[in-house]
Amino acid sequence: MGETATVLREEHIEFKKPNQLKEIWRRLKKDKLAMFGLIVILLIIVMAVCANFAADYEAVIKLNTKIRLQPPSTEHLFGTDSYGRDIFARCLYGARMSLAIGFFSAVLATVCGSLIGAMTGYIGGRLDSIIMRFLDIVSAIPSTLLALAVVAAMGSGVMKLCLALSFTAIPGFVRIVRSAVLGIADQEYIEACRAGGTSTWRILTRHILPNAIGPVIVQGTMEVSTMIRTIATLSFLGLGINPPTPEWGALISEAKEFLRTCPSMMLFPAGMLCLTAFSISVFGDGLRDALDPRLKS
Amino acid sequence: MQAVNNNPVPLLETRGLQKYFKVPKGMLHAVDGVNLSIPHQRTLGVVGESGCGKSTLGRTILRLLEATGGEVLFEGENILTYDKKQMHRMRREMQIIFQDPYSSINPRMSVVEIIAEYMIVHKIYPTQQQAFQRAAELMDFVGLARRYANAYPHELDGGRRQRIGIARALSLNPKFIVCDEPVSALDVSIQAQILNLLMDIQDEMGLTYMFITHDLSVVKHISDEILVMYLGQCVEHCGSDELFENPLHPYTKALLSAIPEPDITMRGKEIRAIRGEVTSPINPPPGCRFASRCEHACERCHRETPPLCEVGPRHFVACHLVKGEPVHV
Amino acid sequence: MNEALLEVKDLTVKYVTDLETVHAVNRISFSLGRGQTIGLVGETGAGKTTTALSIMRLLPERTGKVTGGEIRFAGQDLLAMPEHEMQAIRGEKIAMIFQDPMTSLNPVMTVGDQIAEALDLHNDQGRSREQIQERVDEVLSMVGIPPQRKSEYPHQFSGGMKQRVVIAIALACEPELLIADEPTTALDVTIQAQVISMIRELRDRLQTAMIMITHDLGIVAQTCDNVAVMYAGALIEIGSAEDIFLGGDHHPYTVGLFGSIPNLRSKAKRLTPIPGLMPDPTHLPEGCSFSPRCPHATEQCRTAPPAVYTRGSHRICCHLFADREGWKEDA
Repeated sequence: MGETATVLREEHIEFKKPNQLKEIWRRLKKDKLAMFGLIVILLIIVMAVCANFAADYEAVIKLNTKIRLQPPSTEHLFGTDSYGRDIFARCLYGARMSLAIGFFSAVLATVCGSLIGAMTGYIGGRLDSIIMRFLDIVSAIPSTLLALAVVAAMGSGVMKLCLALSFTAIPGFVRIVRSAVLGIADQEYIEACRAGGTSTWRILTRHILPNAIGPVIVQGTMEVSTMIRTIATLSFLGLGINPPTPEWGALISEAKEFLRTCPSMMLFPAGMLCLTAFSISVFGDGLRDALDPRLKS
Repeated sequence: MQAVNNNPVPLLETRGLQKYFKVPKGMLHAVDGVNLSIPHQRTLGVVGESGCGKSTLGRTILRLLEATGGEVLFEGENILTYDKKQMHRMRREMQIIFQDPYSSINPRMSVVEIIAEYMIVHKIYPTQQQAFQRAAELMDFVGLARRYANAYPHELDGGRRQRIGIARALSLNPKFIVCDEPVSALDVSIQAQILNLLMDIQDEMGLTYMFITHDLSVVKHISDEILVMYLGQCVEHCGSDELFENPLHPYTKALLSAIPEPDITMRGKEIRAIRGEVTSPINPPPGCRFASRCEHACERCHRETPPLCEVGPRHFVACHLVKGEPVHV
Repeated sequence: MNEALLEVKDLTVKYVTDLETVHAVNRISFSLGRGQTIGLVGETGAGKTTTALSIMRLLPERTGKVTGGEIRFAGQDLLAMPEHEMQAIRGEKIAMIFQDPMTSLNPVMTVGDQIAEALDLHNDQGRSREQIQERVDEVLSMVGIPPQRKSEYPHQFSGGMKQRVVIAIALACEPELLIADEPTTALDVTIQAQVISMIRELRDRLQTAMIMITHDLGIVAQTCDNVAVMYAGALIEIGSAEDIFLGGDHHPYTVGLFGSIPNLRSKAKRLTPIPGLMPDPTHLPEGCSFSPRCPHATEQCRTAPPAVYTRGSHRICCHLFADREGWKEDA
């Protein structure tokens, strides 16, 4: 039958999905900037995890007024702060706190945000209007203020801080995912799914979200750096992590009085913060491209 | 091969099917009282210009859109009253092939996953590997080399992508397929390959088609009967050859004369270009919807909606100028 | 036809990127007399639009390169012309209509202003503002749009009306050559019929030469004096409309193309498509590029590129015509 007959039966073919992770990794490797970001992030994570080996927690909180405000030296790589504590050690331990809170609250916001966004976008109707109006109200409040309010209402604590942070990020997330989903829901392949009797949940999770993954990944990684910066802001204002627990924002906050006399005290934690935020952003961009099979070449 | 089915009950029938959309300016009458029937293993071509409601008709029949009124009978049963569970089973019986081979398949799934998706959803096979195996057989069937099984759609051209769409539609062994402009996005030589493939599949699997298109020359090749739509209504419905030899509705005549033919001896042929453009389907006034463009329109045409009348054996026309017996539903 | 208005000779165009080289147009030659219409026929990727863009010198700057041949328009070599002179020719002497009327109009400018802008850009006659407005009215009524509608915006027009506006802009300066790239593909048949008959009438009235790019042999039959069939960037057959539509000798691809279109007159249910697909333009096959799909292909076809054989105005690029009676190899 026409062209059909001309096709030779080929031998058994394995239907293994071409190893997705391997494919993604192969594509990611080509992106120099993203790889730089990844390496920096990994380095910082390793350093944060291995902070114990570099310095005792003792060195982080113990006061030693004899060696206060020293410039960088071989003994104290980043110098010391106003209480004579080693800034390098404080930065390392601070990274633990900043990264943990940043990643955890960003993941929380990503999951909640994309599910809500996908639902409102695909199901639409009244549910959509109610959720969107509620989120409009939430996003009318400045996010730092909102986080402050949530912290004030729930009390402080790392876990509660995470919840507060992700809560402020959800509206933006929902909006981004929703608009991506609206575009995808119009495509004929979604209609084809419905014609085949695919359930709404499967359409959402298997067909819509994977196609909306680009903006989700970008927004998600952006959120990590935003979170790290927000927590720094909160700590700077004295409302995030309480001293003497080290955290980048808190370190910067402590350093502000000594900016003239001992700039290294501000420079190193701020530099770490910027470097981390930048690395995460470029890695996010690269990951988005790598996840898209259409950009294979 | 299946024996020719002489079942007197048509496979698919619609009665007074309506689909209105609410738009800011009022009600858009996309499909307005369409009656049609398609016997087993036959092809009904639905022809009309963009905006005439032909795609909406196909989607309303499949319940991808909920009808505003009327009935859709599948083997004698009104599927519009089916609940979610019954409808889910019904999805195995009727399928759709889309126009755009680019937007109708999920770009993030591999070819074999796309074809196997319905079988997985309907749990036809106990394991995913078996569904994939069946998908590969379907690939052979539609003329798609198995080496593309693990490829992604963007690696393939339009013709091959359209074959994926066809294999997917066949995966649940349906009885009825709505083909919504399946070849209009393809080049002529590929178009001919796909048309032949669709005809071969029909013979082999005993399928019934509703073939929606704006291209009259394509529809002639594949259809047994043709229904011409204008602004949501059926204006003429008859056998395929009859329509080309003896078109009766002024719109059908205009449509036929508008096709540029690849024949220079026809160059002198006067193109009876109809005046003006399609009027708005939003809150249409009573009367014949074609009246404002029709050169024969009289006062009655603007006042009274012409009923669909049987003017010859299985030849139905909705026009005041053509005499015939009104069809009662 | 004494002197040709447009002469394209051995035109070769490539799209070069870091990754690959696309051989879009390969040594095509044709000429077009004043007031005549030539149809460029072929499928997607045959190089029709690239040919048109090369004539307009609108190839994408970074990638598209004319690597050989010449394009002479009214005796001038377009390829050697500095950009500012070319700008004067574009729109005034050579105009182009694109396929999609939806995207070729500026949505935030009134239709009248868009036509006036085209006139203003090429205002050699020193028309005053009033004269330009008069001309706008004139052009609009020429394409069948009431001049009162000139203060409306594109979104207030239907698809067919928009394409009329596009044609009005193209014809406003009375160009000598009009390139129409699939002008009716996006339109419905009845509207297509209106637009085609309007284009035909205006062409005859204004004596504009025209290149009609289309995949629809029906439109070619209705509008063109000469027909050029393109395949994989090469011109495989060219001749008068009579040669192509009535003559018996054709390139196998042309035969396949005719076999693929559903014919309104024939009763045959099955079509006879060309098997296979167009070759990848980055790796064209050796010899004749149609040979992998050709039912008559021989060893020679797969190795040596075919010469051009002629009989009168009819030219075919195929080995099959090497010793056919009445056909001579072109020098």
